[in-house]
Amino acid sequence: MTTVVKDEKILEIKDLKTYFYTQEGELKAVDGLSYNVAKGESVGLVGESACGKSVSALSILRLIPYPPGIIVGGEIIFYGQDLLKASEEEMRHIRGNRIAMIFQEPTTSLNPVLTVRTQIAEALELHRGMEKEEATQECVRLLKLVGISDAERRVNHYPFQFSGGMQQRIMIAMALSCNPALLIADEPTTSVDVTVQAQLLEIIDDLRKRFGTSVIVITHNLGIVARYVDRVNVMYAGRLVETAPTEELYANPLHPYTVGLLASVPRLDSERKKSLRVIKGLPPNLARLPKGCAFHPRCDVAVQRCREEYPPMEKVGENHYRACFAPIRK
Amino acid sequence: MKDNHLIDVDKLYMYFPVTAGVMQKKVADVKAVDGVSFYIKKGETLGLVGESGCGKTTTGRCILQLYEGIKGSVLFEGVELTKLRKEQLRRMRRNMQLIFQDPFASLDPRMTAGQIIGEPLKVHGFAKGKEYKDQVAELFRMVELEPYMADRYPHEFSGGQRQRIGIARALAVRPKFVVCDEPVSALDVSIQAQIIILLEKLRDELGLTYLFIAHDLSVVRNISDRVAVMYLGRIVEITKADEIYANPLHPYTVALLSAVPIPDPKVDRTRKRIILKGDVPSPIFPPPGCRFNPRCHMAADICRQQQPELRELTPGSEHWVSCHMVK
Repeated sequence: MTTVVKDEKILEIKDLKTYFYTQEGELKAVDGLSYNVAKGESVGLVGESACGKSVSALSILRLIPYPPGIIVGGEIIFYGQDLLKASEEEMRHIRGNRIAMIFQEPTTSLNPVLTVRTQIAEALELHRGMEKEEATQECVRLLKLVGISDAERRVNHYPFQFSGGMQQRIMIAMALSCNPALLIADEPTTSVDVTVQAQLLEIIDDLRKRFGTSVIVITHNLGIVARYVDRVNVMYAGRLVETAPTEELYANPLHPYTVGLLASVPRLDSERKKSLRVIKGLPPNLARLPKGCAFHPRCDVAVQRCREEYPPMEKVGENHYRACFAPIRK
Repeated sequence: MKDNHLIDVDKLYMYFPVTAGVMQKKVADVKAVDGVSFYIKKGETLGLVGESGCGKTTTGRCILQLYEGIKGSVLFEGVELTKLRKEQLRRMRRNMQLIFQDPFASLDPRMTAGQIIGEPLKVHGFAKGKEYKDQVAELFRMVELEPYMADRYPHEFSGGQRQRIGIARALAVRPKFVVCDEPVSALDVSIQAQIIILLEKLRDELGLTYLFIAHDLSVVRNISDRVAVMYLGRIVEITKADEIYANPLHPYTVALLSAVPIPDPKVDRTRKRIILKGDVPSPIFPPPGCRFNPRCHMAADICRQQQPELRELTPGSEHWVSCHMVK
């Protein structure tokens, strides 16, 4: 048994900038994002639609469609290698092999005309050099691992013969096929029912503990990740606004956006008639970001300085950082 | 039927045929709704919860008579809707409206927001000319949009704003009853809260009665007076909202509640969680006996043989459950 050293950084994202050039103008989907992932750590990347969380994940794998998208700056260092400088050939060895991704919608991400076996075996034959027979055996083992019963028979089925939750398990099996060092799960639970959500997150968490895989879970639901991640990164309009160890973040959120997000989630354990609090207004248009802090038009505690310059990340506690000028309310 | 009931549904069945072959011969039925009975009181909100494919949307649409071949009885203020003729039903429809799940698919992209909201006013002959314009503007303000946005097209609005347009359109003809079919599940968390609060406000101001359909028990909790839980075409438990969260009885309700995450790691990690095995079975060939038995940890022999009926635990408690094992 190897013990997991949590301090060993396997991924460092530094000042990542991914822009899209559209008719509306320059769209800053990710605009100066920095964070690290340690070995065996699971990180939650939380934010609303269009905050840049998926784009940042696609940037790690260099899967940004060009045009219109382009990574204009920053570094993504994975085991000492800057992925933004890697050749296309090198990236092919990393994608699906060292870094795997579970995409958002299993129904559209799986190829409908290929059997499950063919789709999972592709990576096994390509990256692990397996022969057909051996790859099939491995497919069956992987399907069993993610809890698909009757795997010997099911492996020859097509995606449409599986339910949404089952398809998502196939995506997980596929992502795990090459024992990746890093697994990125992009909204793994959005299109499935709440009882299946729990099953899927348990599977991912179990596999992380067994194989020491680092995990990035991307989600818009702060509730979902509370139980499973070590650290939460909150994104707004292409940047990180707060980052803290999970328990600290939920107990002591310090950015007004995080506070608002937590208050707007209906909770089963709060008083029923206590009405929800809302964040007023709408998320900003990325092509016309306001000057200063992007959150200030929706913020209750904004001060004059928030309208003029962008707040840098500041240390506010043990491993707890936030980007905000407003005084901390106790 | 009691006087204070707005909706009375009795033994509602909706089967969709499965066809095969060149002749499209019927080979089986999808038993989407399979014997559902409940009532909704005036001014009340009934939450209807279940996983996808459990028949909750079909139930809502059956009440509005949007299908052919509905079996059973649906009373609206004592009027039997299933027996109405087309023209009578059309006039009745202004009392019952529907808010759709997906604000991106439910608005005609070639109509302006003003035309979308105003269309029901024209169809039902509510207003003309200046009055029409005033009423449309008033509807915009009611859902907290600005009347000057009337000339914009749906793609120019965000998801939350589109859902507001859908709400304004449903309320244009001043209905008494609104079926809200997962009105927030396509929206961002911060916008979800805005829409729920708006729906609550409108209900209280206009005296509306809602059937609020959702797959998420935590969303339903805030807005509902009573909650019904559906599984594979049948209601397994129905009671007051506070009661179902404090004292859930059906094993499916218990599992469903325990699966809802709580956004607080300290609470969530210590909570007992029941993770259901497998998926919901096919509604074409539901399991014999209690439909939940293959996934139930309490299942005994009787559950595999005999279908449990919905029964009130103690008379007058208004807590109905359909399970052999609950005493």
